Amino acid sequence: MENSLAMALAYLAAGLGSAIVVIGAGLGIGKIGSSAMDGTARQPEAANAIRTSMIISAALIEGIAFFGLVICFLLGLK
Amino acid sequence: MMSAFLMTEPTAEHEEENLGQFIIHHIKDSHEWNLFGYHIHLPTFEPIRLFGIQVDLSITLHVVMMWVASLILIITFWALFRKKRLVPTGLAAALEAMVLFVRDEIAIPNMGEKGGRKFTPLLATMFFFILTCNLMGLIPLFATATGNISVTASLAVITFIMTQIMGMVENGPIGYFKSMVPSGIPFPLIFIMVPIEIFGLFTKPFALAMRLFANMIAGHTVVFALLGLIIALGSVLVSPFSIAFAVFIDLLELLVAFIQAYIFTMLSSLFIGMAMHPEH
Repeated sequence: MENSLAMALAYLAAGLGSAIVVIGAGLGIGKIGSSAMDGTARQPEAANAIRTSMIISAALIEGIAFFGLVICFLLGLK
Repeated sequence: MMSAFLMTEPTAEHEEENLGQFIIHHIKDSHEWNLFGYHIHLPTFEPIRLFGIQVDLSITLHVVMMWVASLILIITFWALFRKKRLVPTGLAAALEAMVLFVRDEIAIPNMGEKGGRKFTPLLATMFFFILTCNLMGLIPLFATATGNISVTASLAVITFIMTQIMGMVENGPIGYFKSMVPSGIPFPLIFIMVPIEIFGLFTKPFALAMRLFANMIAGHTVVFALLGLIIALGSVLVSPFSIAFAVFIDLLELLVAFIQAYIFTMLSSLFIGMAMHPEH
């Protein structure tokens, strides 16, 4: 019974944790996308450079989000 | 999502019924290679004791994938650049453009003119190897070698070792450790900053390994989960949406393969460049 309570809480933590991770990543990348579009609207000649930086920043933020995701995987596989 | 399926699926005798097990079985390393229904059993060796730990040197699927990727790279570059022409054509031109991209956009801005040219072979090797391993994971009968934490950790260890060696070569061993202390900050803060800097020496390669590994694993997991949804929900009407989503995620994975190879190489060159010329 102890074991099943621990496993149930682990599954719950995995689900809630991945939801929070996704919210964090979504907010972060949304902010990047919106500033990228603002910058491109102000100066269309810089569109290429802004697009490259946007993709790099998005990949870095996704890297952090995947840390949390891997922890949630480990919890869900208990 | 996966854990929900682990709990609602009845544990059946057939190994593929459980969605979680199906996904894990297709993503993790294994001792056999399934080709069109033929199981090729790969050689396994007994674990040997090396420096006090058990090291298992058997040839598993991901090892074979790495060898295939290396073979593809060696044969492609050797065959295309055998005859030295001034202006290459076709695939050779595309590959040369990518190598020049690594040199001019990644190596030289981070390491200066001289250092950039010296380090372009290492960075180009890392870039093409990671790219080939990532792309091979998208082909149906192959597996993703970079989807193994050991492979990405090895690449990150290469970066770590090069960071330390180049930092000590350029600045001298004492000078390199003196660069751990940022200049121009009030004295009491040194006790906080120096441990953080030393800790950062280790977390940055760890983050490199985790980023590449998790990106590759997550893409494949989502595709397998979407396709397994068809079996789990038990109806054939789900399949058009499921397959459409899976194709979209697969294309996204193609983009992520390129981006992650570029990010790994760029961050490696950034760390090595910062160790060579601390800009504090």
